[in-house]
Order: sequence, then structure tokens, then C-alpha cells
Amino acid sequence: MCGIAGIIHRGKSANIGAQMTSMLQALKHRGPDSTGYAVYGAGNPEDYVMRLKIAEAQDLGRGSGVRDLLDARIEKIDAILEQHGAKVKSKERVRPYALRYVMAHEGDTAALAEHIEEVEGVEILSLGNSLELIKDLGDASVVAEAYGLQEFSGTHGIGHTRMATESDVDIKSAHPYWAFPYNDVSVVHNGQITNYWSLRRELERKGHRFQSNCDSELLAVYVAHGLANGVSLEDILRKSIEEIDGVFTYFVATKDQLGMAKDTMAAKPLVLYEGEDMIALASEEVAIRAILPQEIDTYDPYDEEVRVWQV
Amino acid sequence: MASVSTMEASRAAAATETRRIPSDEELRAMTQDERVKALGMTTDQLHGRSMYVEFDPGETERFTYPWAPDVDFNKRTEIDTDDMTTTEVNRKIRELMQEGYGTIVLKNPRGKHSLGVGILNRLNLIIEGSCGYFAVGLIDGPNVRINGRVGWSCGENMLAGTVVIEKNAGSTFGAAIRGGDLVCKGSVGSRTGIDMKGGTIIVGGDTGALSGFMMQRGRMVVCGNAGKNLGDSMYDGTIYVGGNIRSLGVDAVEAELTDLDRKWLTRKLNQYGLLPDKGVDHFKKIVSGKQLWNYDNLEPTEKKLIL
Repeated sequence: MCGIAGIIHRGKSANIGAQMTSMLQALKHRGPDSTGYAVYGAGNPEDYVMRLKIAEAQDLGRGSGVRDLLDARIEKIDAILEQHGAKVKSKERVRPYALRYVMAHEGDTAALAEHIEEVEGVEILSLGNSLELIKDLGDASVVAEAYGLQEFSGTHGIGHTRMATESDVDIKSAHPYWAFPYNDVSVVHNGQITNYWSLRRELERKGHRFQSNCDSELLAVYVAHGLANGVSLEDILRKSIEEIDGVFTYFVATKDQLGMAKDTMAAKPLVLYEGEDMIALASEEVAIRAILPQEIDTYDPYDEEVRVWQV
Repeated sequence: MASVSTMEASRAAAATETRRIPSDEELRAMTQDERVKALGMTTDQLHGRSMYVEFDPGETERFTYPWAPDVDFNKRTEIDTDDMTTTEVNRKIRELMQEGYGTIVLKNPRGKHSLGVGILNRLNLIIEGSCGYFAVGLIDGPNVRINGRVGWSCGENMLAGTVVIEKNAGSTFGAAIRGGDLVCKGSVGSRTGIDMKGGTIIVGGDTGALSGFMMQRGRMVVCGNAGKNLGDSMYDGTIYVGGNIRSLGVDAVEAELTDLDRKWLTRKLNQYGLLPDKGVDHFKKIVSGKQLWNYDNLEPTEKKLIL
């Protein structure tokens, strides 16, 4: 049982940082282990935003050498960025283990991302022109406070509150997942995937990387694989319902789209509100009511339902 | 030796003491905690009894639980639930019923879960807004009107009363319902009336997959379309569908709509203002094929004993 929430504004920006925090805080009872956001800002087509973690939160308690170790990892990352010709415009160490880079880069970002992840303990959480992916242990208010998410202007976002059922409570198993190495693509998921290992082996043979043992990561890789073959988001979502076994409801966000898919059993909840200028969707109505106090019409999408909205 | 047998005797006496069903007067005087103990519902002394009281059809006086407070429908009050927790709201409803209020309006529910559960009383409950999961479950008697939408498992396990929802409802609508009328004027999610054991579920719009799954008794009416596997593994009961059925489940078969069905449908749908303009002749009737009824078959081990 996890909680997922998403919001998309049509043709305008809003404070989606605060909106997502309200929605995710309302879903805290569905999973208090960790909270994650994938929010899409106005962005600058020239600049890339990269969020990464250089260690797990619990690694900080591992003794005296850990600080030097983390500093050394940052130095290595900086060296790699320079080697690829990326011009770092700003660098922020939001938490001792979490960094945010803004940089200009002309070359292949996939090659850059792969090179950076060669550094031990480093995982790129997101890379893109507008996506910022933030995930950490604790509830939405804790994470929003730590990462300054109460003020974040953007067009759309998805988020997740996690109750760990089949993998560890740490940042690498937390949602959302970035569809490595595709810029600005992220996934959140509520459910269990039962043919995880067979699909994972298949995708690994095709050269995709997995960072955790969390079944939700498979969806991100699955979407990435589809995008690599030039399949549209809607077709990927439709195909996933046939190919992926288990019970699931999941969202995929790209630079200008938000999509959802529900399994053939409709076993995982989802409530949908479609307004004129915004769409809000969440595991429970209480999350939508947290940002829309007025009377609204909502409904539960049915089994095998796939929807994609444009910004 | 003597002391042991005395102990046994007193223990036996204590056991018979707890097994005695208390009288109505005694039940009325008790608190809820004491009542639960007296009826043998605590884990240390389960006697297979429940709070469920059988009413004698010939009885002329008592139609309510012995401990049910006497309420007046003309006494009306409102609760603003905005800053209250679910527990506080439900406790407040009980307190107001004790004070004799018969019409209670809940304002600003904002998708709260488990509102108005376990009301075993006559009551007019009006909820102005939308509820979360398990709204008005486990009820026996009240008339409920919800002006908004409800989440999963609304009216779950209800025994009697009426519930009318103006907008849409979530999945497992009326799960394991045993009696009463549960009406949703909009569309509902999947697994509607799963394990239903009696009563009536009426849906004005569409229903999702696996509706009427393992249904055992009662009637379900869907004015719109039904999703796949309708009535899967149903034991008994009847499902009426006005629109299209995507597919029937295992052992669910179509039966002929009789005059009695038409009369009942017309009356029931009229009662809730859901009668289609074209009448009820287009409704399809789904019942159990009874091919999965294997009650007489022996288990393999039993066969060995006999043969």
C-alpha cells in the first residue's frame, strides 16, 4: 500500500511544490517510510538540472571517514563533468548526501550520466531541462522542508508516499524513478509486479541499468526502453498492461505530458478529477480535497484504463 | 480433592453465567463495552454469538435493538467536520443520537474515511460533500443521503436501511452487504457487490470489472454498462443490467426476464428516480448457472473412508 498523486496544469504554472506537498501529506497514512517528488519547472532549454545522491542517508552514521569519502566523490563528479565539457552554473549540496547541479552541456547526456554513475555510491536521481526529482526518508512535510519545496513553480508533477513491502527503506528504493537515461521522464507506482525478475532479466540483457531491487524501478526502465524504440507514451502505457503482471496503478511524467495506467484487475485505487485548467489524480479523494476544497466531481478510472494529458 | 472439585464447580457455574443471554432491560442499562462482554464477543470468551439480534417477524413492538436510543426525526442538527477526526465525528453522531436528534447533517467531510460507520439505529443522516473509504459501513437502520462522491467499500456489510449517493462511487461498492437498499446515482468502480449476501444494490451509471463476484443472495441493478467478468463465481442472487455487458464471469448465465422482475424493477427504480425513459424491458437478467455447486461431493479423504 503506497500513495501516489499527480497534478497537471494546462497552459499555466502554479506553485506545484506546495500543492504536491499538501496532497502527499494527506496520503501519509498510506505509507510513511519515504516521500518523493518529480516536479517540472518552467526550465530553460539551454540548461540541464541534475539531481543526484552520493550516499544513502544512513551511510552518514558510518564513522569518521565518511565525510572525506563523500567530498572525494563530489570531486570525482566535478572532474567527470569537466571532462565531458559541461559548464556548471550552480552547485548546491542540499543535504550532505544530495546534490543539485545546473549546467550547460552540448554533448550526449546519456554518456555523461553513465560516466557519473561509475563513481561508487553515486546515483543520478534525475537529469533534464525541467525535471527535478527529490526523494528522501520521512513524510511530505519533512522532505519539503529539507529540500525547500514549499515554493516551486511549475506546470506538472507526480509524487509518492511509500510503504516498503518488498525492498528496503532507503533512498534508492524510494519513488519516483527517473527513466535513465531519458531526460525529463519519471515514474511513480502503487502496486506489486509479479513477473518482475523475468522482465528485469530481459531488460538487463538489452543493456538497461537497475539500481535497486524495487519492482517499481522496472516500470521506469520499461518506459525508457519504449521511448528508446520511438514508441509514444500512450502506446507504452497500453502495452505495459498486457506485458506486466500483477496489480498496479502508475503515472509517467515527461517534459510536457502526464500519463496513467491501471492493471486489468483495477486492484489499486485511483481517483481522478478533470477540471478545465487542471487535472488532479491520487490514490484517495482526501488528497485531491487537500488542494481543492470546493465541491468537485471525481471518479474512479476503470480496469485497463490509460490516459495521457498534455500541459 | 474437595477443593479441586469446588473450583471446577465454580468454574462451570461461571461459564453458564456468561452464556446466559441478558434481558433487554439489562442490555439497555449496560455500556457498549459491557454489552460486548455480556454477548460473548471478547476474544477470551467467544461463544459464536454476535451483536446481531434476530427479530421475530410476528413481533409487534420491538423493531430496534434493545439499547437503541429513541430519536425524533424532526430534531435536526449539523456537525461541521472540517477540523474533526473521523473518530470524533462518529462519537459525536452517537452522542447526538443519545440526546434524541433524529436528523444529523455532516458538513465539509472532504473525503474523510469511515464516516458514519456502525450506526445501529433509526436516523436521517445527510452528508453534504464527498466521503473517502468505508463510508456508512456496518449500518443497521439509518437512512443516509450523500450529496457527493464516495470512495472504496461504501455501505460495506450493511444490514438494513437506505443509502443514496448522488455522484459516483469507488470500487467494492456494497461489499458483503446483507440487507437494505444501497443506491449510487452515478457510476461505480470495480467489484461492486462482491460477496453480497442480501439486500439491493442499484447503480444509475456503469459498473467496473468483476461486479457481483461470489455473490450469494440479493439483487443488483445496473442501469448502465457492466465491465468484464460480471457475476463471476456467483452462488445465487440476481443481477439486472440495462446496458452492455463486456463479458460474463465463470458460471454466470443469462436468464429470462419475467413479469415479476419487470414489476419489481419498475417499482424499485421509480422509488429512487432512476427509471429509464424506455422502461425496464431492455434489462438483461444474470443468475448463477449452478455448475460450480459441488456441495454434495466428498473430499478425497472422505472418499477413502467410505470406499
